[in-house]
Amino acid sequence: MKFLQDIFDKLEPNFKKGGKYESLFYLWEAQRTFIFTPKTTAPPRGAQIRDAIDLKRMMFTVVIALIPCLLFGIWNTGHMHYLSAGQEVGHLDKFLYGLWLVLPIVLVSYISGGLIEVAFALLRKHPVTEGFLVTGMLIPLVVPATIPLWQVAVGTIFSVVLAKEIFGGVGMNILNVALTARAFLFFAYPTEISGSEVWIATGEEVVQGYSGATALGIAAEVGTGENQIPVLEAFSNAFAPDLYSMKSMFIGTIPGSIGETSTLMCLIGAIILLITGVGSWRIMLSMLVGGVAMGLILNGFGSNEFLKLPFYYHLVMGGFAFGLVYMATDPVTAAQTQTGKWIYGFFCGFFAILIRVLNPAYPEGVMLAILLMNVFAPLIDYYVVGANKKRRLKRATV
Amino acid sequence: MSQIIRLKKGFEINLAGEAKREILNREQPETFSVKPTDFVGVLRPKALVKPGDNVKAGTPVFSGKNYPGVNFASPVSGEVADVVRGEKRALLEIRILADKDIEYETFDQFTPSDLNNADPEALKKEILDSGLWPFIIQRPFAVIADPNDSPKAIYISGFDSNPLSADYGMTLKGEEKYFQAGIDALGKLTEGQVHLSISSDREVASIFSQITGVQSHKFHGPHPSGNVGVQIHHIDSIVKGDLVWTVKPEGVVKIGKLFLEGRYDARRTIALAGSMVKETGYIETYVGARVDKFLRDNLKEGNTRVISGNVLTGESIGQEGYLGFYDDLITVIPEGDEERFFLTTGWLGPIMSRLSFHRAWGLMSFLNGGKKKYDLDTNLNGEERPFVQTGAFEKVLPMDIYPVYLLKAIMAEDYDEMEALGIYELAEEDLSLCEFIDVSKMPVQSILREGIQLMMES
Repeated sequence: MKFLQDIFDKLEPNFKKGGKYESLFYLWEAQRTFIFTPKTTAPPRGAQIRDAIDLKRMMFTVVIALIPCLLFGIWNTGHMHYLSAGQEVGHLDKFLYGLWLVLPIVLVSYISGGLIEVAFALLRKHPVTEGFLVTGMLIPLVVPATIPLWQVAVGTIFSVVLAKEIFGGVGMNILNVALTARAFLFFAYPTEISGSEVWIATGEEVVQGYSGATALGIAAEVGTGENQIPVLEAFSNAFAPDLYSMKSMFIGTIPGSIGETSTLMCLIGAIILLITGVGSWRIMLSMLVGGVAMGLILNGFGSNEFLKLPFYYHLVMGGFAFGLVYMATDPVTAAQTQTGKWIYGFFCGFFAILIRVLNPAYPEGVMLAILLMNVFAPLIDYYVVGANKKRRLKRATV
Repeated sequence: MSQIIRLKKGFEINLAGEAKREILNREQPETFSVKPTDFVGVLRPKALVKPGDNVKAGTPVFSGKNYPGVNFASPVSGEVADVVRGEKRALLEIRILADKDIEYETFDQFTPSDLNNADPEALKKEILDSGLWPFIIQRPFAVIADPNDSPKAIYISGFDSNPLSADYGMTLKGEEKYFQAGIDALGKLTEGQVHLSISSDREVASIFSQITGVQSHKFHGPHPSGNVGVQIHHIDSIVKGDLVWTVKPEGVVKIGKLFLEGRYDARRTIALAGSMVKETGYIETYVGARVDKFLRDNLKEGNTRVISGNVLTGESIGQEGYLGFYDDLITVIPEGDEERFFLTTGWLGPIMSRLSFHRAWGLMSFLNGGKKKYDLDTNLNGEERPFVQTGAFEKVLPMDIYPVYLLKAIMAEDYDEMEALGIYELAEEDLSLCEFIDVSKMPVQSILREGIQLMMES
C-alpha cells in the first residue's frame, strides 16, 4: 500500500492551508482517512492506548447487518414482479430484475446524501462523518421499488439537511434521519408511497384478480368500517396462493417497501447487531414487548375485524420488524440511558401497533411511532438522569 | 475485616511486558527534575532557586501562588543545573545535578509514641516544610490539599489496578514501620477515619497486613476498582460540601519516614514495564529521575513512547524525560504513528491482536479470552467524532454517574449540571477507561479537568 500512501503524500500539500485546493481539505481528508486509518497518536497526557474500535467500524457493522434485508429485498422486488405477471422464472432473473430497480435507488440515495454531507463539511469546516453510511442504506430499504428516483433524491436531501445538518450534524440530530426522509415522502408525495398501486413493480400485464395491496392495507380495508370480513379470510383470497400467509409474511415474500418485508432477514440483522453489541437489546426487546402488549389489548377489545387479528400477525406485517431492529435502535435518536431505553422501546412498539390499527389515515404506524418516541427520548432521559441527580442531592442533605 | 465490596463494571487491560519481580542493577542518573506540571492545579509556579545554587534533599525549589506555605522540594542534594521555562516564561522544570552522596535537610524526629501525642499543627507544618505535602490530594477536584482544611476522612488505596502497575509488594517492601507511622500521623490530621482499601482478589502487599488505626475495606472486581475515587464512592460518596483527602501508599510511607528519621527521603522503587522493554523489572532510584540510563540498550527496535506512569493516565516524557512526582512506573510501548490500510489492519479489517472492549464488525479480540497479553501502540485507531454510541461508558465506570451527560455539561459550561451530575466525585483517572473505550476518541480526561477547573474558579 506504500504506493497509495506516496500518491496521497504527494498530493496532500495542495489541500493543506495555503494550497491550491485548500477549501476542499475535508473532502480530501475524508478520502484519505477512508482508505487509511490515520496515524494520529494519543496526546502526551491521558490515555496513551486506545480501543481498536472507531465510528467507521461501528457504522459499518450496521451496514453489514442491513445486507440480508437488501439482498432479499432485491430478490423480492423481482419475485413480486413476476408473480403479478403470472410468470415462472428463476431466482437469478428475479434478482436481476430487482437489481435493475433497486440499485439506482441505492445509488441516488448515497450520492445525493453524500454530496450534501460533503457540502456541509466543506462549508462548516468539519470532517465528513460516517453517519450517512447507514442512513444512505436505510432510505432505499424503506421506500417502494417503484418510487421515482427524483423523489429519493429530494427526500434524502430534505432529511439530511433538516433532520441532521441544521442540528449540527452526526450525533446531534433529534429525529432518525432515514425515517424523516420517509415521513417527508409520505406526506409530500403520498400517491407514490402509499395505497395499493406502488408496492409491486408490475409489467404491462397482470394476472386476473391482481391487487398489489400490502397485508396492512388489506387488513385496514376489510377489517374496519362496514361490510367487514375476517382479515385472515381476506388474506387467503389473494391473487396468488399463500401470498399473505403467516409463512410468507415471516419470510418476506409479500408486497411492501424494498427492505422491510422479511422478518427473517431482520432477525438475521438483529442477531448481527446483538452479537456485535452495536444495537441495543434493551430497545429491541422492549419494543417487541410493547408491540405484543398493544396487540393483546386490541385483541381483548376486538370491536372490529382488524382488532381481532391475532397479535402475532402484527410482528411480521409491515415495517414492525425492520423498525425494531434498525430504526428504533439508532443510538443518537433513541433514549441514551439504560432505564430510558426500556421505556422508549416499549412505547415505540406500543404506539406502532396502536397507530397502525386505530388510525384509518395511516395504514402503517411504525414510522410515526418511532419518530414520536425520538421526540420524547430526551424527555425520558431527562427524568432518568434527574433521578440520578436526586439520589446525589439526597445523599448531600441527609 | 469488613465485608467485600463487589464491583462488576470495569475492564481489565492485559498488556504484555509486565515488570519482572526482581531488582535491576542500573546506574543512577546524574540529573533529577522537579516538574511543576506534575502538580495539577498549582497556579503560577515560581522558582525559588537559580542555576548554580546548592540544594539539599528537602530544600524548597519552587512555590505556587495558590498554595502559600506548601513547599515543593528537591528530591536530591546537588547543584541546580537548569531552570527550564516555556511559553510566557512559565516554569516547566527545575533540574538538579545530584551529588554522589545525598545530604538532607533535617526536620524534627519523632518516636512512634511521640507521634500519637503530637500536636496536629506541628505535624502539618513539618509535612509542609519538607515538601511532602503535595502527596496529600483533596477530593473534590483531585488537586493538592489546602493545609488549612480539616478533611472528613482520609482514603488510601492499597492496590493499583491499572495496566502493568507496579506491585506495592515490591515498591514498598520493608517499609511497614514507616507506613504505620504515616498512618498515625495522618490520623491526627482528620477528625474522621483513615480508610485503607485492599483487593480481595489480588495478592495483598505485606505492608498492609498488620496496620492498625485504619478502617479497612476489601474490593473485588476489575479495574478501576483500585482507583481511590471509585472506592470513596462505595464507602462514603462525596457530596457538595464534603472534603476528603487521599494519599497514595508511597506518600504515607514518605510521611512516616519523615517523622521517624527527620528527613525527606525521596528514594523510590519504580517498575520498568511495557512491551518495548527488553529487560523489565524494578529499579531503585529517586523521585524525578532522568530515565535515559534505565532505558539505554534496554529497548527493542522501533519507534517507542516512554510514559511516566501507566498507559491510561500517564504522561509521555520521551527517552530523556524525567519520572513524575506521583509515578512509580515507567511504561514503554510502541508509538503507532503509522497509517493503516482500511481492508487489512485499518478500520474494516479483522483485528485480533488489538484489544477492544467492543465487538463491532471485525473486532475479534474477545475471542482471545482474558488471558492474552496485548502489545498495544499509541495510535488512536480512528478519528475524533461527536458522541454517537450510548451506554458504553457506564459499563466501565462502577459509579452511579452518567459520564456522557457530565461531559456534555462540561462542554456546555453548565455549572449547575456539572455539580448535579457528580463532578465532585471524579478525577481524571476514574474516566480513563472511558477514554480508552471511546468510539468517538474524545479526550475525556482533559475535558473532565477543564470542568473541574471551571468548578474551582466558580
